[in-house]
Amino acid sequence: MRMLRAGRWITAVALVLLAGVYVRALAYTPVERSQGLAQKIFYLHVPAAIWAEIAMILVGLASIFYLFLKDPRLDRFAEASAEVGTVFAAIVLTTGPIWGKPIWGTWWSWDARLTLTLFLFLLYVGYLLLRGAVADPAMRARYAAVVGICGMVLVPFVHLSVYLFRTLHPMPIVLKPSAPSLPASMLITWLFSLGVFTLLYVGFVVQRYALSYLREQLEAVDGGMGHA
Amino acid sequence: MQLPDSVRHAWYVARKDLLVEFRSRTAILAAAAFVVLVLMVFNFGRDPTAVSNVDLAPSILWVTFTFAAILALNRAFQLELENQALDGLLLAPIGRSSIYVGKLIANLIFVVTVEVIGVPLLALFFNVRILPVVGPLAGIIALATVGFVAVGTLFSAMTVRTRFAELLLPVLLLPFMIPPLIWAVLATARLLGGRPLSDVAGWLKMLAAYDIVFVGVALLLFPATVNE
Repeated sequence: MRMLRAGRWITAVALVLLAGVYVRALAYTPVERSQGLAQKIFYLHVPAAIWAEIAMILVGLASIFYLFLKDPRLDRFAEASAEVGTVFAAIVLTTGPIWGKPIWGTWWSWDARLTLTLFLFLLYVGYLLLRGAVADPAMRARYAAVVGICGMVLVPFVHLSVYLFRTLHPMPIVLKPSAPSLPASMLITWLFSLGVFTLLYVGFVVQRYALSYLREQLEAVDGGMGHA
Repeated sequence: MQLPDSVRHAWYVARKDLLVEFRSRTAILAAAAFVVLVLMVFNFGRDPTAVSNVDLAPSILWVTFTFAAILALNRAFQLELENQALDGLLLAPIGRSSIYVGKLIANLIFVVTVEVIGVPLLALFFNVRILPVVGPLAGIIALATVGFVAVGTLFSAMTVRTRFAELLLPVLLLPFMIPPLIWAVLATARLLGGRPLSDVAGWLKMLAAYDIVFVGVALLLFPATVNE
């Protein structure tokens, strides 16, 4: 199928470029003074975090439109986006502690942003579990849309509640109202990485979308007798 | 004065559920026994010389209520599964939102009854002085309960018709319960610590905002969970 192949190509290109991000981050970007080499993980951590959150918002938006239009393509996209978002949230939750141990001296703290990401991850897990627990495709799509919309509505509340806590987490360096406060070489590496992660997101989503389309075709052929 | 139809219909749905509950009284007795047992377990899970009761009481109170509410919500739509009672309810000439509001009222009354049993028991078992703050405490409990029962009623309408319903509801619902729970625990701790009411006004506003948003979202989304 053309779409699956396109998704594979995009992902392959993104993975090669990801290697490029590593090379650039390690060889051509200055070492941060107080954090040393540990800071290099930001080039993976922050773009993954940004896309994990955008993926949830896209799931919510696709869900809203699904309930109005009942277009199965929207449901397939929501599923794909949620799966990729789960992976990205997992990347954030693994790279975070790896950085936290040398810098904070602890793997985990109940810090605002950590808690938020964990919330996001659990929302995704619940959403995907619900999808797995409903056999009828139309019902699955409607149920998933309801949870997807609720999840999108919950995210601002979690934001609000966690920002009322004290935080150890570094404040935004690039995405803030004033100008980014980092050297140009670091900013370029970071923007490069953000672009690569965008490409990765697109590549993964296109593949998962094609896969769920093929699975639906298979289910239709099996007449529900297969191992749905 | 004549009430609008939708309100009367909602009340009929709620009254039906409460009547079924009142005639058997199994669920409410089971929930009350459950609350006593959870409070007992907490008593053995702490070191009374290390942590004072008043520091631990808010957590105990809200963890107990969370579990009790999940038990109650699991059975909310279970009733309608027997003999396809839900189909009968959906065929009735009343709006979908009336069904939701009716279910919400019935669940609220059920959960509040359990909470009314739980609070004096907490005061008794853990020697916490509840009486001086009983008014504000009731306000916090009411605001928090409305929020998570609203989301729980929406989700339980979906999860009862899935595989692993009893397991899926907590997994889906807990991420949504945690923000109001955090605010409720913080507000309760300040109240029991003898702080003035103005100290908790911020948390109460957050709880109220959560209630308004999620009752509204649930009213909009509920038809999608029952329409075929």
